[in-house]
Amino acid sequence: METIFFYIIALVALGSGLIVVLCKSPVNSALGLVNTFFCLAVFYVMLYAPFMAAVQIMVYAGAIMVLILFVIMLLNLGTEARKRYTHGVVWAALASLLSLVTFLVFIKKGQITGAAGDITKDVVMSVGHTELIGKTMFTEFLLPFEIASILLLVAIVGAVVLAKKEV
Amino acid sequence: MSDLLLSLALILVKLGLIFGVILGMAAYLVLAERKILGRMQLRHGPNRLGPFGLIQPMADVIKLITKEDFMPDQADKWLFLFAPGLTALTALLSFVVVPFAPPLTIFGRELPMVVCDLNIGLLYFLGISSLGVYGVVIGGWASNSKYSLLGAMRSIGQLLSYELAMGLALIPVVLSAKSFSLTDVVMSQADWPNLLKHPVAFLIFLVSIAAESKRTPFDMPEAENEIVGGFHTEYSGMRFGLFFVGEYINLVIIGSMLTVLFLGGWHGPLLPPIVWFAIKVLFVAFCFIWARGTMPRLRYDQLLHLGWKVLIPLALLNLLVTAAVLLAIG
Repeated sequence: METIFFYIIALVALGSGLIVVLCKSPVNSALGLVNTFFCLAVFYVMLYAPFMAAVQIMVYAGAIMVLILFVIMLLNLGTEARKRYTHGVVWAALASLLSLVTFLVFIKKGQITGAAGDITKDVVMSVGHTELIGKTMFTEFLLPFEIASILLLVAIVGAVVLAKKEV
Repeated sequence: MSDLLLSLALILVKLGLIFGVILGMAAYLVLAERKILGRMQLRHGPNRLGPFGLIQPMADVIKLITKEDFMPDQADKWLFLFAPGLTALTALLSFVVVPFAPPLTIFGRELPMVVCDLNIGLLYFLGISSLGVYGVVIGGWASNSKYSLLGAMRSIGQLLSYELAMGLALIPVVLSAKSFSLTDVVMSQADWPNLLKHPVAFLIFLVSIAAESKRTPFDMPEAENEIVGGFHTEYSGMRFGLFFVGEYINLVIIGSMLTVLFLGGWHGPLLPPIVWFAIKVLFVAFCFIWARGTMPRLRYDQLLHLGWKVLIPLALLNLLVTAAVLLAIG
């Protein structure tokens, strides 16, 4: 049952990914990407990670892609963008093909999964996924978390400084 | 196996009931809005069809269905057809996590009065409500009309500015309930409703959710006297009707979320819980209609100013103070 479901969602994800790459209109590509994010959220739910799924939808589908759509509509990117970037696509395609082959090799060899930790499916079910993420993030991984926060702060300050000049 | 079938049947029954009740409420909220606004402007409002005009919603539906389904030349066909449905869909999806009564026990089975009590219910609501903008944006863009595009752009700016304040305003609620599940949030308000515990959070949430749902002081995306009808300028017939219904379903959601998060949910003296829930939801809906009859529309720069420079700092400060107080109490 779960496997069948996985394959259906994987098919939808691949289809939306193809829409992103093949569609001529940037808005349609962006909407295809939103659909891909949805499929990823479904995978998170199937992996007993509901918090990740909710955050995935909130942050990527709900905020970042909305912002990208805003920019596409504001600049009215249509034929112009297509002409400019036709050749650059080749390099991106090559890079993705290479990474696909690499991943397939890793999966075949079984090296993609590391050693099993002490957080198993049962622990996640009993303690709760959100609680586990919160605890580890603010104890074990506090330093990386703070570094990421400072990075974001710098980005915010930078954005304000850049926007202020024009006023 | 029979257990599985039974729970499946229960879920289907619940879904059907909620779907029917919500659509009925949306249809009659349209009538209520027209009548209340009429009274506020010293008019009668619709009162010809049936007693007090109660059959008016059916007449409206028949009119919308039989109207010509018009599509502008050079519109993006699929997206144009898809957008109204998306609006109504995202509006309906939020109801999955709204608990409208305490769990019932029938024949030894506990029956939760919510479609699905997700343990991330609050995050689910925030996620779905941030998706509501897609229907508007896609509709506005696909219409291939300047007014529609302006409406779509306005709604994106509005959503992005208020989403953050809304999320931040809800964190104190989560802190005091110690859970993201909406049922737990209601349970935590058995003694005092969150309105009294977190008044600042309530105000921020009220303003942000009004802005997110494009209700009147914040109805820039459709501002009739500036950009004709905004994102739904080019829509007609039942496709326009779906946008319209989506908006009123949103009004029911606003009522339900305010009730669940701040007004104590189903808690209340004397009357049965589900009646209390309905009263609170309808009261909130009435207040929003009242606001529409009273307040002028904000200017767009005022809207952005309020979102970024007032509500977000206020929400952050509120979060800090609440967390400190809760830590001190222990």
